[in-house]
This record gives sequence, structure tokens and C-alpha cells, in this order.
Amino acid sequence: MKKYTFTEKKDTRSGFGAGMHELGQKNPNVVALCADLVGSLKLEAFIKENPERFVQCGISEANMISVSAGLTIGGKIPFATTFANFATGRVYDQIRQSVAYSGKNVKICASHAGLTLGEDGATHQILEDIGMMKMLPGMTVINPCDYNQTKAATLAIADYEGPVYLRFGRPVIPIFTPADQVFEIGKAWMVSEGTDVSIFATGHMVWEAIQAGEQLEAEGISAEIINIHTIKPLDEEAILKSIAKTRCAVSAEEHNRIGGLGDSIAQVIVKNDLVPQEYVAVNDSFGESGTPAQLMEKYGLTAADIVAAAKRAIAKKK
Amino acid sequence: MEIKELEKVAAQVRRDIVRMVHGCQSGHPGGSLGCTDLLVALYFERMKLNEKDGKVVFEMDGANEDLFFLSNGHISPLLYSVLARKGYFPVSELATFRKLNSRLQGHPTPHEHLEGIRIASGSLGQGMSVAIGAALAKKLNNDTSLVYVLMGDGEQQEGQVWEAATFAPHHKVDNLIAVIDLNGQQIDGPTAKVMDNRDLGAKYEAFGWEVMEVEEGNDMASVVKALYEAKSKAGHAKPIMIILHTGMGYGVDFMMGSHKWHGVAPNDEQLAAALAQLEESMGDY
Repeated sequence: MKKYTFTEKKDTRSGFGAGMHELGQKNPNVVALCADLVGSLKLEAFIKENPERFVQCGISEANMISVSAGLTIGGKIPFATTFANFATGRVYDQIRQSVAYSGKNVKICASHAGLTLGEDGATHQILEDIGMMKMLPGMTVINPCDYNQTKAATLAIADYEGPVYLRFGRPVIPIFTPADQVFEIGKAWMVSEGTDVSIFATGHMVWEAIQAGEQLEAEGISAEIINIHTIKPLDEEAILKSIAKTRCAVSAEEHNRIGGLGDSIAQVIVKNDLVPQEYVAVNDSFGESGTPAQLMEKYGLTAADIVAAAKRAIAKKK
Repeated sequence: MEIKELEKVAAQVRRDIVRMVHGCQSGHPGGSLGCTDLLVALYFERMKLNEKDGKVVFEMDGANEDLFFLSNGHISPLLYSVLARKGYFPVSELATFRKLNSRLQGHPTPHEHLEGIRIASGSLGQGMSVAIGAALAKKLNNDTSLVYVLMGDGEQQEGQVWEAATFAPHHKVDNLIAVIDLNGQQIDGPTAKVMDNRDLGAKYEAFGWEVMEVEEGNDMASVVKALYEAKSKAGHAKPIMIILHTGMGYGVDFMMGSHKWHGVAPNDEQLAAALAQLEESMGDY
């Protein structure tokens, strides 16, 4: 298995902040909006250099989404930012009508996605956002895996014309992808090639998948690990190519097992090439308070859970 | 345009509205008829619109022209008629309203690339926020033209309206002129009974808006005068709100003043009775 090492850990939201800082200098049409969470979204550097291109919306997310839609009409590229729960579930109808159906070039950028915001508990831990966003026609859904990839994705979506949901989080995690990467929307990223099982992971779960791959290797199992940073449009070709070789699949996501990455992969499998698939995801429940590590363990989102799922998938092969 | 000429356009638009709603036996004639004078005054008199060779031209970004957003999207027959009569798309297309494969959807949308439509509306309460965004973009672009938005009075019951109402004065969005169609009616009955929006003017004033009450919202001369007065108030650090008193169903006697014609189409007999009251000034589609 390809070796991954790291020298530094950072939160993916800081990758977003760094991307915004760079966009502020590069692209005069980029406008940032925030609903009273500037520090949490790491927007300080952007705001300091571009105060006229920052719109403080206060705690009124519905207004923020629709204002963003209006800004596109004058050629601006609005990045509407808040926590994932308030960026999606709270404002679904605004996104649906003013952004997606209207075909507006709004970038909805959401931090604190999933369980790993930790102690705030279930009110803030949205596990349904990928599902809601991918169901909207025309919406692109991206969940990058580390600081560098989140920064690269932030830069890439500014150059893409159309609505985007960019999902990232709060915990500090290893930085293991290259700083100079070019982010290709909709193109799966091969983490490590293997022959016995395909592990398709997104977001924070990619690092867990790498840990799992190393454990499996120690037991003589060769895992292919693929980072599905873009959930929609899904890189079906990469998925089919991998399962053609391994003949079984595991999906891993910090999201409800209903409606997330796993279901998107299952559609590809059912339509094209029937192989066993195991889910590593939250089992249709809300989260709760706890440290990120405690929550990932309790809700079955660790490397050990991926290892167990991989063995189940392999055992089901014909 | 002379007031008399504007009134003629308004009569034709009202004919279009009742014929469109009759043609598909669905749609919302009441609010459409009530706001006809406002939209005719905006598009045929007050708004600065981009033209080429004497014809209006539509670009999504609307640079250096005034923009209008319809937040209460259900009065789409009115907007479609005004846009067609102004020349944005063929008048004959009005016959496709609410029919399969039409660009004239039940509620307006840019999804079908209909010239003149910049945002989808229908789910209420979003239009003023959108207009604010468009107004902010104009400021960033050093574009001094204005942004208009029309909302219903029942729509004021939506929470998002008050998010936007707080935002616009805070950010000094003074290139925005909002209008509330105060007809006192909504689907389930008079607004005073369904959910009383009392003292809207005082509320907006308290939020920091420059508020104008216009009592004669179906008198063309009054509407035109109010729109020029509102324009003169723009650029003074406050957003502007026009509370426009209108009559639901105005112009067709048996549709006037009742919520019953909010979303009901006339039958053949009622259509004939309505058309008898409205001059065919520009030729029916």
C-alpha cells in the first residue's frame, strides 16, 4: 500500500479560510457572506483585505442565501458561509428556489459538518446534508478530505459556473495530500491501489480509510482506497473500474447511511455491476455531545469499523 | 408616457390577465389585476431599461438598467403580460401560460430562459432578499441604477421578510425600492382575520426604512407620481418602502375586493363579462 505520512494537523475549515484569502487576492468578483460565524469559518484574512467584499448577514441564514442569489445577477460569485446545519436544512427552500432552480452561481460553504464538531451535540451535527444537497438538480456536492484539499477545492469552485455545496469540518486532522494539488471537480482521487476490496471514502473518513488500509495490509488483504471528494457529479467510471478488479465495495462517510455517498455508490453498483457493498456511516440516528474521537467510535466511524466492513464485504464475494 | 396612454396599456394588460387565466383554467387573477397599474407604470414609464435600436434587450446581469423582482410569484400573468407587451418576448407566447412545455410557468423562473425573468419566485418571502443582493452587486459595480421588488401583504407573514427588513437599513441599501401590495386579502380570507399584519408602515419605519403610503394604488397618475417621488428618495442611506393600497381584482367589477378571486379562473361567461369592461387597446394575443 502507498505510504502516507504527515508532519502537521489542521482543520479543513482553515483550508477553506486559506482558499478564501487567496481568492480575495485573485478574483475581484468573489464576495463572502457569513451569518455571525466569521471566526468559525476562518474568514478573518479575507475580510481584512477585502472589507467591501464581505457581507455580514447576522443570524439570518435564509436572507443570506437569497441575498447571495441576488448578488450573482450582478456577476458576483458569492460564498455563503455558516455551519452545515444552518447552511442546508434550515434554508432548504431558499437554496431550492433561489439558487438551484434559478441556476445561480452561489457557493454554499459549510463548516462543522457531521459528528466531529463534538460537544455542541445533535442540534449542530447535521448528518443529512449530503443527501439534501445531492437531491437538488444541478447542485454540485463536494466534501474534501484534508486542509490542502479543502483549500484547493475552494479555489476550484470559484472557477466553476453553477451552484456548489462545499462541506468541511472543525477537527484537526492530518494533512496528507499535496499542497500544490489541482482540484478536479467530479474526478475521484486514487489514494492507493489494491486488489481485494474497494474502499470509497469521503471527507474526514479518507484518513480513517488509509489507517484501515494499513491494518488490512498487515493481515494480508490488499485494499484499494479511493477518495470520492465530489459526491455529485459522481465519478462512476472510477468506481466501476475499481469494483471490476476487487469485486466488493465499502463506502465510508461521516453522514447518515440513508441518502449519502453510500447510496450514490449503491446506485452505480445496482445499475451496472452487482457486487457486495458494506456501509460505514451513521446508522439513521442523530448524534450527541462528546469529543470527536468518542463520537467517531460510538457511531462506528473509525478505521477499525472500516476494517470490519471490508472483511464482511470480502466474505460476501461469490 | 402620458397617463392616458399608460391607462390604455393597463387595460390591455388586464385583458391579457383574464384571458390567460381563462385559457388554462388556473392561475391568480385577483392580485394580478390589483398590481397592474404599478407594473405598467414601472415598465412603461419609470424604469430605465436597456434598449437596442428602440427595442428592449434582456441580459441576465441587467448592468446599468433598473431591475424589477416579483416576490409574490403567483401574480405571474401580470408580469408575463407586461414583459410581452414591452417587447421582451412575443405576445403570442402568452397563450402558452401554464401549459405543458411553456416558458410561462405557473410561477416565474429563469429555468426556462424567459426574457425578463432573473429569479424563480413562488415560495414566498425570498424576493426582497434577492433584490437586496442584486442592489449590493450594483453598488459593488458602481452601477447607479435602481432595484425594485414587489411583495404581497399576506407575504409579510413570512419570517424571512423581516430578516431582509433588518438587513437593508443596516447595510444602507438605498438603491432599493420595495413595494407591498396592500390589498388586505389572502387565500383564506382578509389578512386582518387570517394573521393581522397591522401597521406595516410603522413597522418598516421602526426598522429604519423610508416609508411612503400610497392610498390610490389603482390610480395611474398617483402611482406614477409616487414612483418618481420614491426615486428622488433613493441614495440617501435608507431603503425605500412603498405601501401601495390596491384593490384585489381591480378593473373587473365582480372580481374586486374579495379574496375569492385570489386563485380562481373565470368561466366563459365571466370572461365575456370581464372583457366587456376592458378596452382592447393594443390588440389581443
